Amino acid sequence: MAEPLHGIGVSPGFAAGPVCRAGAAPQLPSPRAVSDVDAELALAADALRAVAAELARRAEATPDATAAEILRAQVMMAEDPVLDEAVADAIRAGSDAPHAIDAAFAVHRQAFLEAGGYLAERVADLDDLRDRAVAVSSGAPMPGIPSPGHPFVLVATDLAPADTAGLDPEQVLALVTVAGGPTSHTAILARSLGIPAVVRCAEAANLSDGVVVAVDGTAGAVRVGVDEATVADTRRREQERRARAAASTGPGRTADGWAVELLANVGSAADLVTGAEGVGLFRTELLYLDREKAPGHDEQVEAYAAVFAALGGRKVVVRTLDAGADKPLPFLDQAGEPNPALGVRGVRLARRDPALLDGQLSAIAAAAARTGATAWVMAPMIATPAEARDFVARARAAGLASAGVMVEVPAAALRIRALLREVDFVSIGTNDLSQYAFAADRMCGELAELLDPWQPALLDLVAACARAGRAAGKPVGICGEAAADPGLAPVFAGLGISSLSMPARAIPAVRDALAAHTRADCERLATAVLAAEDPLTARAAAT
Amino acid sequence: MPSRTVTVGSTSGLHARPAALFVAAATAAPLPVKINVEGRKPVPANSMLSVLSLGAKCGTAVTITAEGDGADTVLDDLAALLARDLDASDG
Repeated sequence: MAEPLHGIGVSPGFAAGPVCRAGAAPQLPSPRAVSDVDAELALAADALRAVAAELARRAEATPDATAAEILRAQVMMAEDPVLDEAVADAIRAGSDAPHAIDAAFAVHRQAFLEAGGYLAERVADLDDLRDRAVAVSSGAPMPGIPSPGHPFVLVATDLAPADTAGLDPEQVLALVTVAGGPTSHTAILARSLGIPAVVRCAEAANLSDGVVVAVDGTAGAVRVGVDEATVADTRRREQERRARAAASTGPGRTADGWAVELLANVGSAADLVTGAEGVGLFRTELLYLDREKAPGHDEQVEAYAAVFAALGGRKVVVRTLDAGADKPLPFLDQAGEPNPALGVRGVRLARRDPALLDGQLSAIAAAAARTGATAWVMAPMIATPAEARDFVARARAAGLASAGVMVEVPAAALRIRALLREVDFVSIGTNDLSQYAFAADRMCGELAELLDPWQPALLDLVAACARAGRAAGKPVGICGEAAADPGLAPVFAGLGISSLSMPARAIPAVRDALAAHTRADCERLATAVLAAEDPLTARAAAT
Repeated sequence: MPSRTVTVGSTSGLHARPAALFVAAATAAPLPVKINVEGRKPVPANSMLSVLSLGAKCGTAVTITAEGDGADTVLDDLAALLARDLDASDG
């Protein structure tokens, strides 16, 4: 058997089946002279109609209401009369259909980019429409997710949001992408759909349709050209894994009973919390998005109380407003920051507007009092012990008994002992901590391997926090994407992390991974992983 | 020309679902309707791309115009739709 291909395992599980590649975005053909204008107009109109029909079919077929809505909005864009008119004008001016379509979309693409925010994020949807219409009108195959009529392993360079939203877990056995990263849209979606996935697997670019592969979404390995026995064996292992995960309940424990709390990350009362011991990260940004002014006291109390009530007495850690950088808010007026990721974001907003933070803390306290919930609060983007002290004082003044901070900035991790003297607990946000430790923007796909949660420098920072937390007798949790990685769970337990908070769906696999090791195993794994030179050897040391 | 100026009531602004509902209603209207935000030129209300490009948020004032028989009824209906929070309910 040849050596398996390696990437980053981002969604656990085993799968085996034939490869089907996602169609690549078409290249614009060379411009051609148009002799029959009417035929060219019909060609362009038919292409847009074919695209609209295909997306409408997918909207009907998907069971996911959000995905269906996104697709129906795309259908309306493909059927847009203003777009039609622009395409027709370009053809009458001498353009061929593919170039006319490209030019008509370019105008709206520019408008979306200039509008920024929500619209700028929709540019990928526009590009997807353009690619499809250009492909059809130039006779190229429709790009996007194939539907061969049998289950397959999807291989792609990377996936557009519209593609991933429409993925059918019954048909797509596993995902393998050449690009992408552990925190990419693809990775997050694969985990939420429960599809095993490997990203940043460069050699997958050479896989051809039909070749049978076995994918290990935990180890990040793809074995190529496997035989029938291996396929059957892989499927059996996956069934066993799912059965184990489904049977797993109860609190997080190592094989010998060492407790690690398993908590859920939520954004509102609508999010799933079954199987969780509580909520380790309640993101409050949702309430503030797209607002002209901050939500009022009563509205906030209602929203927080809804989440607290749904938990029925289980612990909930509320993160105060984490805005700025990739989460701009209209009412904050943050235009003109040269680098928003290094700017006034998270708790730093309180420097400009302390009333915003105090108002939120008093609403959280009121919701906790009303529901009788055990509500902890924590501040994002704390860099110094003085900032932590200020936050804790404000939380206490609002009547909140337990106040902690996020460790997302290397400065906070380096001075963790001083920080822990000020707070009741800390929670490590591994996504931002990676971004700032490696000076690598989370949005920059090219740098994804620097943001791998197995990077030894990141794990060193986590280890330092865990050690200081044990010495101080205060809880140190993790609530970044790394907490959802079953491979890392025993490592974190071995380091002395006291809680892991993740999307609720990820909990069974993490619980299972913890239960498979004794505390001594975990400590041994942690030592081995910290001694590794790079993410690849770190993963190898943990298996 | 008959017109209505109304504040966008949807929490997420005139984006996604609210935009789709508004454009569908404008497309179904018996008259061509235009929409604009202050200081920008009016765009056809039956164009999803144009309506999205307005970038209208919750609380943004938008003006809709139409001309011809029944224009007032069409505008009243569309204005009522814009003023509602289309993110909040099933309608």
